[in-house]
Amino acid sequence: MVAPMGVMKRVTMVFRAKANKALDRMEDPRETLDYSYQTQLELLQKVRRGVADVATSRKRVELQINTLQQNGAKLDRQARDSLGAGREDLAREALTRKAGVQTQLDDLQTQYASLQGEEEKLTQASQRLQAKVDAFRTRKETIKATYTAAEAQTRINEAFTGISEEMGDVGLAIQRAEDKTAQMRARAGAIDELMASGALDDMVSGPHDDIQAELDRLGATHGVDRELEAMKAEISQNAPRQIEGTSAGSSDGATTAPASTASTAEPSEPE
Amino acid sequence: MIVRILGEGQLEVPDSAAGELNELDGALETAVERDDEEAFRPALTALLAKVREVGSPTEAGDLRPSELIIPQPDATMAEVRKLLTDEGLIPG
Repeated sequence: MVAPMGVMKRVTMVFRAKANKALDRMEDPRETLDYSYQTQLELLQKVRRGVADVATSRKRVELQINTLQQNGAKLDRQARDSLGAGREDLAREALTRKAGVQTQLDDLQTQYASLQGEEEKLTQASQRLQAKVDAFRTRKETIKATYTAAEAQTRINEAFTGISEEMGDVGLAIQRAEDKTAQMRARAGAIDELMASGALDDMVSGPHDDIQAELDRLGATHGVDRELEAMKAEISQNAPRQIEGTSAGSSDGATTAPASTASTAEPSEPE
Repeated sequence: MIVRILGEGQLEVPDSAAGELNELDGALETAVERDDEEAFRPALTALLAKVREVGSPTEAGDLRPSELIIPQPDATMAEVRKLLTDEGLIPG
């Protein structure tokens, strides 16, 4: 029977086993130092690339959020315009689409926060690793200068185990960030595809925007109506004078009216 | 002793806290073994809270290895299981 060890000890043992295996592969312990240092620098590069990758994904999600926010605002405007035009059905449609956009938006905002968190974690991991790598480099030079291979063993082992634990931790952090960005990239890709295919686009913008088309049509109708009203008003303004001057009340009067007012003004001109 | 919280770094924890930490860790291990998702999260949270309460961060350039390693706060039970084998760890 193996006594229970707890999660903490078991995880530690797994990390240690990794370090020991790597140490066993080295013939000259001092060789280990240079080799390990090389690996550390590579890992530092990797974690920095990881930070950049996460940032790229985050920016992409940010762009999508901006686009969807604009779409939402546009649908909101359209709903108001529709109501103003007395078209509640159209307003309802616009608000329904806005709710759909909002759902996507909520999802993207969650993703954005998650990516921001990963970016922050990786940045900190990179700083922690950098500090340890710097310490390791100093230690490595001291060990190489001061001790014989045999004497150096213990000191090397400790430094190596310590740094490899940090590297294992950072390696795991990179993996987690990669997994997360891969998931988000897939989802961001799906949204981009939706936008490209016009499914999201159709809803809110471009030539396929049926709500806007209806509003434009309504707007055009309103324009014609307004013009008609203006013309009618103009005519009814002229009509009373016409009635005063002549008795012509037909629509023909509109064209003859200026002539008749002109003719009544004529006699005063020569004087 | 030095305790590492994965993804966060190392803390110096007084040896006197070992008993309490082991107890909390035991609850976490039981939850993982029983596949008890409901007990898992609070057990991990309690363990981390205790370590943070009694521990203080080590120096940035400290190269000493940790005596105990705790999974990251948002670790799933599946991730913890992976940590207990050598799966998912990059060679150091």
